[in-house]
Amino acid sequence: MAEIRNFTMNFGPQHPAAHGVLRLVLEMDGEVIQKADPHVGLLHRGTEKLAESKVYNQSIGYMDRLDYVSMMCNEHAYVMAIENLLGISAPIRAQYIRVMFDEITRILNHLMWLGAHGLDIGAMTVFLYCFREREDLMDCYEAVSGTRMHATYYRPGGVYRDLPDSMPKYQYTKWRSNKDVDRLNERRGGSMLDFIEDFTRRFPGCVDEYETLLTDNRIWKQRTVNIGVVSPERAMQLGFSGPMLRGSGVEWDLRKKQPYEAYELVDFDVPVGVNGDCYDRYLVRIEELRQSNRIVAQCVDWLRRNPGPVMIDDRKVRPPRREQMKGDMESLIHHFKLMTEGYCVPEGETYAAVEAPKGELGVYLVSDGANKPYRLKVRAPGFAHLASLNEMVQGHMLADVVAVIGTQDIVFGEIDR
Amino acid sequence: MTQDSPDAPQADRRAALAETVLRVLGEGAVKLDSRPGELACEVPAARLLEAAAALRDDPALKFEMCMDVCGVDYLEYGRAEWKTADATSSGFSRGVSDDLLPAGSSVPPGRRFAVVYNLLSVSLNRRLRLRVYCPDNGQPVVDSVTRIWASADWFEREAFDLFGIMFRGHPDLRRLLTDYGFIGHPFRKDFPLSGNVEVRYDPEKGRVVYEPVSIEPRVLVPKVIRHDNRYDPQLTDASPNG
Repeated sequence: MAEIRNFTMNFGPQHPAAHGVLRLVLEMDGEVIQKADPHVGLLHRGTEKLAESKVYNQSIGYMDRLDYVSMMCNEHAYVMAIENLLGISAPIRAQYIRVMFDEITRILNHLMWLGAHGLDIGAMTVFLYCFREREDLMDCYEAVSGTRMHATYYRPGGVYRDLPDSMPKYQYTKWRSNKDVDRLNERRGGSMLDFIEDFTRRFPGCVDEYETLLTDNRIWKQRTVNIGVVSPERAMQLGFSGPMLRGSGVEWDLRKKQPYEAYELVDFDVPVGVNGDCYDRYLVRIEELRQSNRIVAQCVDWLRRNPGPVMIDDRKVRPPRREQMKGDMESLIHHFKLMTEGYCVPEGETYAAVEAPKGELGVYLVSDGANKPYRLKVRAPGFAHLASLNEMVQGHMLADVVAVIGTQDIVFGEIDR
Repeated sequence: MTQDSPDAPQADRRAALAETVLRVLGEGAVKLDSRPGELACEVPAARLLEAAAALRDDPALKFEMCMDVCGVDYLEYGRAEWKTADATSSGFSRGVSDDLLPAGSSVPPGRRFAVVYNLLSVSLNRRLRLRVYCPDNGQPVVDSVTRIWASADWFEREAFDLFGIMFRGHPDLRRLLTDYGFIGHPFRKDFPLSGNVEVRYDPEKGRVVYEPVSIEPRVLVPKVIRHDNRYDPQLTDASPNG
């Protein structure tokens, strides 16, 4: 009889379904996975080590580049850790702005996930639909911070600036017909809040569209139902968080259980799955899109009615306004010291966690009283999820590996750091 | 961040939790200073496994999740690069001085490497930070908690990779984040920020070559520790550089 041996197959690191740079060494018996060994670190940039050599504020921009599809949530955890140690908190308007942008970020992330996950397992159209809505939210990022992705918008003590009074408009060019430009500018007549409000009215209909394409789709269900099942006990053992944990039926959401910023003041529901398979996690995330939209709408309403400061008025943390700096010696000194030396954070350590779109994003920060972090550790949700890949794909077919990678919603910026 | 239910007085509940944790951890455990609302404890390395199992299984604690395992290198803790006590003759950005304190002189044996576990109890909605110092500065080893929390697997591999901390009993302690064939442990404080080797494609040899790094390490902004009255109620224990 011929000797039967397992195949060892290499998957990635350059593979469209690898969601970045994942190298998987798969041991296969026929088409069935026996063992999956993820090789990560191809995107390791040493963010945590770099942060140790920079003053606190200079690392905010690096946080955007961790999980580069949910940028502001990463900033949020980092900024919250600094605020914890400094013993300051943002004004209430800044807290609402943060909640609003956290939820916009969640929608951005889940849209990216939905599009990519769909594309991975054979649904092309939903990808195009998702990017249509993502574009509007990217414009919100741009309007408020000047960049579409890496915003550096949250600062210790608040946010960089208040929401703009007008939404930037497209210009007439020879590359586009005037009719097209007018159509693009149709919704941009008012303030940024008007634009977002208009989005929140449209968006539930968009989610219905995605669901029409997928939820009862036979192929979609064949690819996701009963794939990558994780029991609630096992999910907790493996350190899951976010939709991965909730998909397994554990009701756990930091926004509800350990509320931060203004999450106590807004109304939303937390969806929980039953079976813990890819399909349930899909349903959880779809419902989160709707709930996030609800939160954004509430924030828009509140922000409209309550003007106020968006940054703490503490010269030891926040640089003075430019006009003040030009006329006042004290302000000039403060500005100079903050821009060169930064601020010293009192000695101590803290762990600040936010409910990022992918799960619990924690920042463990150790300060020895200096103007730079002594040790910064980012607890990325995707790291724990990818670590369980071996367990989740065992006994599944090769094609299901792609479905499981998709459902884990992994992004290498945060896993490799 | 509120971690307890709002109906009970929070301070009392926290104190009660701290008491329970210390009782369960047994002898040798110390409560560490922490911000209000957070709880941190230290256990001796010899008792780590016992303590971890107790934290997970005790019905009053139920820390069933290990959210994070993190290595810390305390080699340069509290060591500033710029004098702030009196006037300086050099400018701020050029004022980096290495001779304020020799590297590592202040680290007592067994206090250089620490492993920090961030635990979470989903059922009771509590967090705990557990710190263990590796007994040996030169060869840091602690027990692996992978049998207690499966999630520790990759976190421990990461700490091994970046800090060189060995985890006794880990099923598969390989490097995780650094390159294949990487030498050294990059997150140690005595590992230079710019690394030791650089890599480029050599057109003559027709392959990628590794060479000693050509850039000089330099400090753009010196690390400064300022004594700030606002943050320090007991003004006596100022840092060595004031």
